[in-house]
Amino acid sequence: MIEMLTSPLMQRALVAAVLVGATAPVVGTFLVQRRLALLGDGIGHIALTGVATGWLVGALVGLTPADALALPGAMLVAVLGAVGIEWVRARGRITGDVAMAILFYGGIAGGVLLIKVAGGTSANLMSYLFGSIATVSTTDVGWTVALAGLVLAVGLGLRGALFAVSHDEEFARASGLPVGLLTSVLAALAALTVTVAMRVVGLLLVSALMIVPVATAQVVARSFARTMALASAIGAAVSVVGLVVTYWQDLPPGAVIVVLAIVVYAVTTAVQHRRHRPDPTVDPHPDLDDDVRVEQEA
Amino acid sequence: MVAGTVLRARGVDVSLGGRRILAAVDLTVRPGEVVALLGANGSGKSTLVRAALGVVPTSAGEIRLFDQPLASAPWRRIGYVPQRIPAVTGVPTTACEVVRAGLLSGHRLRRGTRAQAVAALDAMGMAALAHRPVQEMSGGQQQRVLIARALVREPDLLVLDEPTTGIDLGTIETFVATIDRMRRAGTAVVVVLHETESFAAMLDRAVVLRHGRVVHDGPPPPARAEHARPEHEHAHPHPVEPDGVLGDLVGGGDA
Repeated sequence: MIEMLTSPLMQRALVAAVLVGATAPVVGTFLVQRRLALLGDGIGHIALTGVATGWLVGALVGLTPADALALPGAMLVAVLGAVGIEWVRARGRITGDVAMAILFYGGIAGGVLLIKVAGGTSANLMSYLFGSIATVSTTDVGWTVALAGLVLAVGLGLRGALFAVSHDEEFARASGLPVGLLTSVLAALAALTVTVAMRVVGLLLVSALMIVPVATAQVVARSFARTMALASAIGAAVSVVGLVVTYWQDLPPGAVIVVLAIVVYAVTTAVQHRRHRPDPTVDPHPDLDDDVRVEQEA
Repeated sequence: MVAGTVLRARGVDVSLGGRRILAAVDLTVRPGEVVALLGANGSGKSTLVRAALGVVPTSAGEIRLFDQPLASAPWRRIGYVPQRIPAVTGVPTTACEVVRAGLLSGHRLRRGTRAQAVAALDAMGMAALAHRPVQEMSGGQQQRVLIARALVREPDLLVLDEPTTGIDLGTIETFVATIDRMRRAGTAVVVVLHETESFAAMLDRAVVLRHGRVVHDGPPPPARAEHARPEHEHAHPHPVEPDGVLGDLVGGGDA
């Protein structure tokens, strides 16, 4: 145990895991509220093109290592792609799901193509697809701290406004709120979260860390604020536990973290279901008078 | 013109999905007026209020709120109760949280206090349920939460889109009494209705739409018999000053 905590590699990985695990569900709560639970997944696909673009630029200017620009590239392309999806959705030119599908598959194809052009192989993309927390460098931790801090500051600072647009966009418009700007900010936050979490769980599983803790929290919580806080706690907990498991067992951390999150979800749902069987004898509205009085049989 | 207007739409056209929903619609609402928007389903009533509040774009015409263009409208002074209850998502949300969203407007992004939200819920008889998730509420209770969200700003213009649909009679009475109190305090009200009954006593004017055009702008339809009986307490006995918009109406005996 002590040995684990004194390993600099593990220290870096734990910092990254806690931050990512706590941050991703904060953004995820807004996305679930907006019924965009799969947005993170799509952004993950687009970010792959960003990783490859960063790689290509790095190769062109002769940087070592060649993937030095992978993270900034992923960040830039993911933010552009996410805001682009929001823009297309808002214009309503084509239906949102078709627009997303085109962007997502374009993202994967673009990534595989560009990495080849950059002189790499698709295998180089694997560590981004499935995460490589074991190879987190001090620079990576620096990026993670900065981005997670930014996402938390904006996401929590604007939570009232982000809640308002996520809950009822029509009312937000009729209140004169800058709806387009706020939804773009939310999309950008999702994109930043995806790139932060890329190293921990990988692009293919990023969305799970944003959504599954929220799904679990909303089974037991009774308010939006509680859902967000609980989801964040669950996210941090499964990330740390998952990482610790992989310290002792040779397993892929990203997959372990996501499987853990899903197990927590399944257990929570089962327990809650058992505890809250509806009682058919309880009047759901004891405070209301009956407005129809049955005087006699017709 | 001496007094300003609360809402002024001139020559407004709205097209949605290639179909023209509103054609050259004029609507003027003055401070303290209560105006009903009437018309069949699909006549454009809801679209008119949504366009007036900037929810749907207009393709022609001009809209001013409190004599300001939409871009710089004083949103704090406007309260809106949409027709539809937003699709309930899985994230539990308390009535209090929904109502606090009503304290945000324009570039004011702070949510105000919980006490303000609870007070607005109390006006709708919902204070006891303030911290209950709206997902667990009946349609009528959810509607009351949305009304509280509009009232929490203490608006000078209240826009209601079929606010009494799906609400039991007792609640409608409480609601109408609340609106009447606000009207007396000078709040203008625009209300989209299917039938004017519950609001009949306080309506100053009715605007009737048909196929996206205004076909009547004038006195509201007469109250039903029981409203005319002496023991019935009229909240607002007679329409307003005989000038301005009331001048050109009498031709449209449509409603």
